[in-house]
Amino acid sequence: MLARKLTATAVALVIGSALWAQDQSIIVQSTTSTANSGLYDYLLPIFQGKTGIQVNVVAVGTGQAIKNAENCDGDVLLVHAKPSEEKFVAAGFGTARTDLMYNDFVIVGPAADPAGVAGMNDVQGAMSKIAGEGALFASRGDDSGTHKKEMALWADSGVDPTAASGDWYRETGSGMGATLNAGIGMGAYVMTDRATWISFGNKQDYQIAVEGDEDMFNQYGVIPVNPARCPSVNVDAAQTFADWLVSDEGQGAIAAYKVADQQLFFPNAPDS
Amino acid sequence: MQLGENLHSIGEAFGLALALVLAGDADLIEIVLLSLRVSLTATVVACLIGLPIGALVAIGRFPGRNVVLIVMNALMGLPPVVVGLLVYLHLSRSGPLGFLGLLYTPTAMIIAQTILIAPIVAALSRQVIEDLHAEYAEQFRSLCLTRLQTIQALLWDARYSLLTVGLAGFGRAVAEVGAVIIVGGNIDHLTRVMTTAIALETSKGDLALALGLGIVLLVIALGVNAAVQSVRMTAARQAYV
Repeated sequence: MLARKLTATAVALVIGSALWAQDQSIIVQSTTSTANSGLYDYLLPIFQGKTGIQVNVVAVGTGQAIKNAENCDGDVLLVHAKPSEEKFVAAGFGTARTDLMYNDFVIVGPAADPAGVAGMNDVQGAMSKIAGEGALFASRGDDSGTHKKEMALWADSGVDPTAASGDWYRETGSGMGATLNAGIGMGAYVMTDRATWISFGNKQDYQIAVEGDEDMFNQYGVIPVNPARCPSVNVDAAQTFADWLVSDEGQGAIAAYKVADQQLFFPNAPDS
Repeated sequence: MQLGENLHSIGEAFGLALALVLAGDADLIEIVLLSLRVSLTATVVACLIGLPIGALVAIGRFPGRNVVLIVMNALMGLPPVVVGLLVYLHLSRSGPLGFLGLLYTPTAMIIAQTILIAPIVAALSRQVIEDLHAEYAEQFRSLCLTRLQTIQALLWDARYSLLTVGLAGFGRAVAEVGAVIIVGGNIDHLTRVMTTAIALETSKGDLALALGLGIVLLVIALGVNAAVQSVRMTAARQAYV
């Protein structure tokens, strides 16, 4: 009797959970920086108020976000690794990629500045110096957009840091926030996007050491997932969301989002 | 200096935890309720699966029983992140059960946690029931009980110890983050639970808030255990009246 009651309760709970999902909702597979910086908390209520569409954000590294979207587990992809994004569209997983906004990467380091790179605006020069000094550097090491960018910059600098992996080069294999926490804990330099850094709460004595090189430009793109490839996609709602982001209103909202009086993302969608 | 700062954040965390609870923060309540709903449901389902299996293996004598015991005990150490990945691969739209549309729902989280803790319930209840059976075996034989009657009698007699088994399962479920963050996605207002919220605040570098949420989680676990304990004591008292 008790067992039957428990079964009934369990079944009811499971069915209740299944009905939980709202009909007009989409899943955005997103990079972590846009979520951790609070951008979605600002944008989504505006969008939902206008359209009634509920946007559910899954924030993971760019590599995992793309993989999840390829598995049809999302309606919109919002990440920052242009070559991978273009490959995603070319392979038929996305309908079209649009530039959405940008900010830039910075290298943060301890106040003691062991490699003497503070104030540099030549990122390749700074990276060679860090490698030359054997100063600790904490890398994402997780195939995320930031990690891909970092590896490209190392290649430009003519340094293969992975040869020193475990020595001065520390691959955390974790997200941006976890890598910052680890890097700050061990006194290592870390490359991060500016938005995550500005809104990061555990800075301790860390400061931006290297910034301002145009090679550290960080472009975000938005891509609706292709219904031809993934029939489960909520096409209309996904397109509505992507269109709104690149519209004057969406771009204005992105520009208006500030943390500590600093603008985090700079809209640059092409005029339609 | 560093140590002083860290101790300061621990003190701050207690203050924040208290402030969050006292303010009855709506987001916090939502997250707490979802944590309880997911983990309690998983515990109930895991008990419905694990207790009969544990009892059957406890009283059964069959070839390969030792291998089953070893496997059952080993499965108690299932890594949550591996369970999360396996459930993800099945529930993903491109997986065999993708048509159900369950990924990134509380149901997916319940499924993952059930898989994670059913072996714990089965293995621990097997031990409890086997010990009890050793005590009663002669009596059962003299009464000519069927296997089903034996299992029923043993489960009923061991009910208080089995409550502790259930609590062990619940503790594991409510504390894990690896599985639910993969299959739930930590979606705000949909699949965000205590542990994934703590992971999120840690990644934002808001260590005091993360720890504050941890303290709230600990208090909830205490509350659940206290509730079960009081049920147990009330029942035991009535049994002796």
